[in-house]
Amino acid sequence: MIHFEKFKLKNNLTVIVHEDKSTPLACINILYDVGARDEDENKTGFAHLFEHLMFGGSVNIPNYDEPLQMVGGENNAFTTNDITNYYCTVPSENIETAFWLESDRMLSLAFTEKSLEVQRSVVIEEFKQRYLNQPYGDVWLLLRPLAYNTHPYKWATIGKEISHIENATMDDVKAFFKLHYNPSTAIMVVAGDVDLENVKRLAEKWFEPIDAGIKPKRNLPKEPKQTEPRKLTVERDVPVDTIYKVYHMCSRNDKNYHTVDLISDILSRGNSSRLYNALVKDKQLFSEISAYVMGDFDEGLFVISGKLVDGVKMEDAEKSILEEIEKMKTIPVDERELQKCKNKTESSITFSETDVLNKATNLAISELLGDADLINKEIENYQNVTVSGIQQQAKELLNENNCSTLYYLKKK
Amino acid sequence: MLNRTAAPEFKTIDKIDILKASETKLDNGIPVYSINAGSQELTKVEFIFNAGMYYQNRTLLASTTNTLLEAGTAKYNAHQISENIDFYGSFLELGVGQDYASVSLYALNKYLNESLHYIEELLKNSIFPKQEIEIHLANKKQKHQINSQKVSTLARRRFSELMFGPQHPYGVDVQDHDFDTLTQKDIINFYNNFYNSKNCYIVVAGNLSKDVFTVLNSHFGKSDWGHATPAAKKQIVIVSSSQQKHFIEKKDAVQSAIRIGRILFNKTHPDYFKFQVVNTILGGYFGSRLMANIREDKGYTYGIGSGLSSFVNAGYFYISTEVGADVTTKALDEIYKEVKKLREEPVGADELETVKNYILGQFLRSVDGPFTLAEKFKAIKDFDLGYDYYEKYFKSVKAVTTNEIMELANKYLQEKDLIECVAGKM
Repeated sequence: MIHFEKFKLKNNLTVIVHEDKSTPLACINILYDVGARDEDENKTGFAHLFEHLMFGGSVNIPNYDEPLQMVGGENNAFTTNDITNYYCTVPSENIETAFWLESDRMLSLAFTEKSLEVQRSVVIEEFKQRYLNQPYGDVWLLLRPLAYNTHPYKWATIGKEISHIENATMDDVKAFFKLHYNPSTAIMVVAGDVDLENVKRLAEKWFEPIDAGIKPKRNLPKEPKQTEPRKLTVERDVPVDTIYKVYHMCSRNDKNYHTVDLISDILSRGNSSRLYNALVKDKQLFSEISAYVMGDFDEGLFVISGKLVDGVKMEDAEKSILEEIEKMKTIPVDERELQKCKNKTESSITFSETDVLNKATNLAISELLGDADLINKEIENYQNVTVSGIQQQAKELLNENNCSTLYYLKKK
Repeated sequence: MLNRTAAPEFKTIDKIDILKASETKLDNGIPVYSINAGSQELTKVEFIFNAGMYYQNRTLLASTTNTLLEAGTAKYNAHQISENIDFYGSFLELGVGQDYASVSLYALNKYLNESLHYIEELLKNSIFPKQEIEIHLANKKQKHQINSQKVSTLARRRFSELMFGPQHPYGVDVQDHDFDTLTQKDIINFYNNFYNSKNCYIVVAGNLSKDVFTVLNSHFGKSDWGHATPAAKKQIVIVSSSQQKHFIEKKDAVQSAIRIGRILFNKTHPDYFKFQVVNTILGGYFGSRLMANIREDKGYTYGIGSGLSSFVNAGYFYISTEVGADVTTKALDEIYKEVKKLREEPVGADELETVKNYILGQFLRSVDGPFTLAEKFKAIKDFDLGYDYYEKYFKSVKAVTTNEIMELANKYLQEKDLIECVAGKM
């Protein structure tokens, strides 16, 4: 159970406070309700590029990192297709420095040409390092546009192509900030060795003078229902043939989300899972195989991917996956097997609550999904999943007509 | 009116309280170090053996033995072991480093006893079935082949070999054929020699239940287990490469991986603390000189860093990055320029203060929570050091001067002493 208090400033900024006196640290997590899904199709990768620019100096403070490091703090940020999230931790007596820094970059950035020019290059190097210069690095650049026709999940957070990043202009940057970065689009969580009253005082002092702004209305095109199998085959300079099968699944807030998540656990969580035992150990068709949900906020993807043992034919490998899927759909899952996956989930959630920063980030995400208290209902939501629910969702989800398949083959 | 240009007042960290591990012994003499902290009803139990790469006489032996501990025992097959550990919601984590091998269990307190039963089995009665070994090695080989396509892997592997020499277990560069030659007999011998009650200690951390010691004793403490001989200390000579520059070409690479460094010392050396400050200034944090120049000014890379790796029998210093293939030479020039600057120009007072405060902040972060406290304990225990090590660390960092920084840079970072390895395209 994570206890917290929640209030709103006059400018609409949501503030959540979680006191945890067992740590000498305090952290601020600020989530902005903007991700790659909010980008223009011709200017992709922008939410993430913008995350980099948030470290290029703000209107009154030329450098974000230096003053934070001076007080013993550390920070980072991440961007997904759904959100952009910034966090920092400091020794708790220096919490005001974090308020000062975070509020100034919510107020406005320095917008220097130098920062834009350099961060464009840095992000292009990131693109190369993670997506181009790695074996299988371009998988998601291929899978997303295969699985999605209209929803902006069809491009990756890093962007569709390097040219989109190269072409980003200062006008684009300023417009993006104006639209997406203001108190109305943000959720702030302050956690750790802090006091509610002091956090209120500091939030009012540093954040309340910022103009509320307007939360832009999100109106994303809905992905039409897939009605037939999609396939793509590519050859690359890799040593091992690999298969990816992705299925459209429900959104994060859907009542069936936890059921679908547990289906992926039954299939592949841990060495006692079905796919590992049947396909890696018994039949020895795969050297590794996994199933997982992407965790997207909108209707997202359920993924099965596996690397084939040398010499195994792709059709045999795929057939073996389909056989396991057929079992999920036709044979009710054993109560004990389901309970095993629930227990594992319960203990993962409990372990994740040992870290104050992790708690802060999860509170912010839960609040954005509708209510910070969702974080305290997760275990119960998983416990409520039923045998018949699993079977029904498996039938709905795991169909070839709902599936995009990628054969990623080694060059002959 | 709020003044946003002036930084708020702040405090420097003057003292850090570390919750110390307390020592007891099981009936058979296995030392148990416990850290009782945290609010969740969880426990991590870690068994640490002198069974790292240093002790292997064949490549891959230490890691393969460790990984296959869950491949079956006299009583349970691999599936039964994982099935039961998973059912209790517990996590088994196996790991091998240069010096130590470890077996960790993470469990909810309510299922600790049941879960430990399976750990007891695999520590005392593993049988390493032939088929499990074959499947594991074949799959590992495939992973090795995939990793061998990454410039970062190519540079890292070669760099270790250049530091320590191809014969040294810290430096060995695994080859494809190594996966074909390891035998069941090798593995069983290694298990018998190194996984036993005389060659082991236990660290237990979490919100510990009252009976945790009794539970541990019932599973692991009643009598000696395994062949019960402590591992012999051995000395292996380090032979660094006499050639300074090395290049592994990868024609289609869009980035090059760079490693530059030298054999130095481990954390027991008197200069270790203050050299950590030198390292942090150069490449040990986001605001470091290498990051400021090569990423934040030139945009050549997504990231660059430096560090000190400390093992029981040696240590080394390294700089590591991946840069655009077209700017490889320019990036190398800038790296050497930054090292030279450390030798020739005194570090500014502001920068030194920032680095000191940052290091102390990191230190504070690293003693927060039961599991990080356990890591902090192991980090001294593995080197036969006491908690006063951290007091000295704290004081040395606070006291280091501009002159000392320059002296250390001159003593340890001469360009002629640095070995360079690039994988990619130049």
